[in-house]
Amino acid sequence: MNVSKSLIFVCAFFLLALWMPTGEVFGFSEAFEGKVFEQKDQKPRDSVLKVAVGDRAPDFELPNLSGTRTSLIEFRGKNVVISFVPAAWTPVCSDQWPGYNILENLFADFNAILLGIAVDNIPSLYAWTREMGGLWFPVLSDFWPHGETAERFGVLRSDGTAERAIFIIDGEGIIRYIDVHDINRRPPLETIVDQLKRMTSPDDAGRND
Amino acid sequence: MKRLSEILATAFLCGMLVLSVSADVSEAAPPVGSEFPDVEIAVPDSKEHRNYLGLKRGESFRLSQVAADTLIVEVLSMYCPFCQAEAPAVNTLYAMIEDDPALREKVKIIGIAAGNTKLERDMFVDTFDIPFPVFADADFLFHKALGEVRTPYFLGVRITGGAATVFHSSLGAFEDPASFLSLIIERSRSNSAEVSP
Repeated sequence: MNVSKSLIFVCAFFLLALWMPTGEVFGFSEAFEGKVFEQKDQKPRDSVLKVAVGDRAPDFELPNLSGTRTSLIEFRGKNVVISFVPAAWTPVCSDQWPGYNILENLFADFNAILLGIAVDNIPSLYAWTREMGGLWFPVLSDFWPHGETAERFGVLRSDGTAERAIFIIDGEGIIRYIDVHDINRRPPLETIVDQLKRMTSPDDAGRND
Repeated sequence: MKRLSEILATAFLCGMLVLSVSADVSEAAPPVGSEFPDVEIAVPDSKEHRNYLGLKRGESFRLSQVAADTLIVEVLSMYCPFCQAEAPAVNTLYAMIEDDPALREKVKIIGIAAGNTKLERDMFVDTFDIPFPVFADADFLFHKALGEVRTPYFLGVRITGGAATVFHSSLGAFEDPASFLSLIIERSRSNSAEVSP
């Protein structure tokens, strides 16, 4: 390899490095400045699903922020969107649920309820969601036995946090959609809405496509 | 050996170039007096918004092409609770400008929805009934060019002769729309006599 070819190779390497996409910036709301634990990108996925589309969703009953308990079965007849988030007070999570907070009417249009689940304990989730200004949807704590519900769905990571995952369950309790998302990225709203549209379409045959 | 040293020297220079360019697109908002990042934005589908910004139908435009002397740019996100809380005040600011014949044609507002898809942008716009154009910046391109600022972030931009220059830069909610508008007018005046009401 002569010098000119070497130089081209080296410059190409650095230009490629420049072009490579850097991590998107999440959790940049002024609301959480200095309050979230800054993290480097993590392994995108660190668990193995234990359920599949078409399966009956594992039932669960978890404590909520109102001091009572919420179970999946009480929402029979409604579409249920479950949003697992990894941990309170972390960047991406801190600007995921606040976005859903302005979508109550959208979920209602699809006869859907949103359940937020995290493995943090109730006091931590209470403080965190208060910082968001309060949330309209139930937030459930999967703290103890630690991550048991996440584990039953197959989204408990090896470090005890949950995956950033969306499960959509129909009124019969059947899982219709699963997105175990890259933990470092926020799932786009489009994927949730598209699935809810399919499930509420007159042409819906009860299958996921 | 000489060849190797030339390669290493070139690699070092290229590396420094990469680092210097990277530093330009992160960390800090464009300072007052600097040129506003010359980012191309998709022309709005809405005829009303095209008319508001003085744009013709087309693929993309740059902010320096907007038909105004002063542009207020809000960097926001559907996922930002402070942006949600601030939305009614920004709408009031817009209404105050539109109701003032001396300002209406000279001062415009746009939003940049950082990291938001079109649907997420639409949900924010619909929820808060936002009348001014808000552009979805799903890939954070604009946001990175603006130094990855926190949200909401407000920039005042003076447009003259095809150039866009920052004259105001502030993080967080403003106190009240009337005071903020007075501040923008005052600062734009001190930078250009053309924008005075």
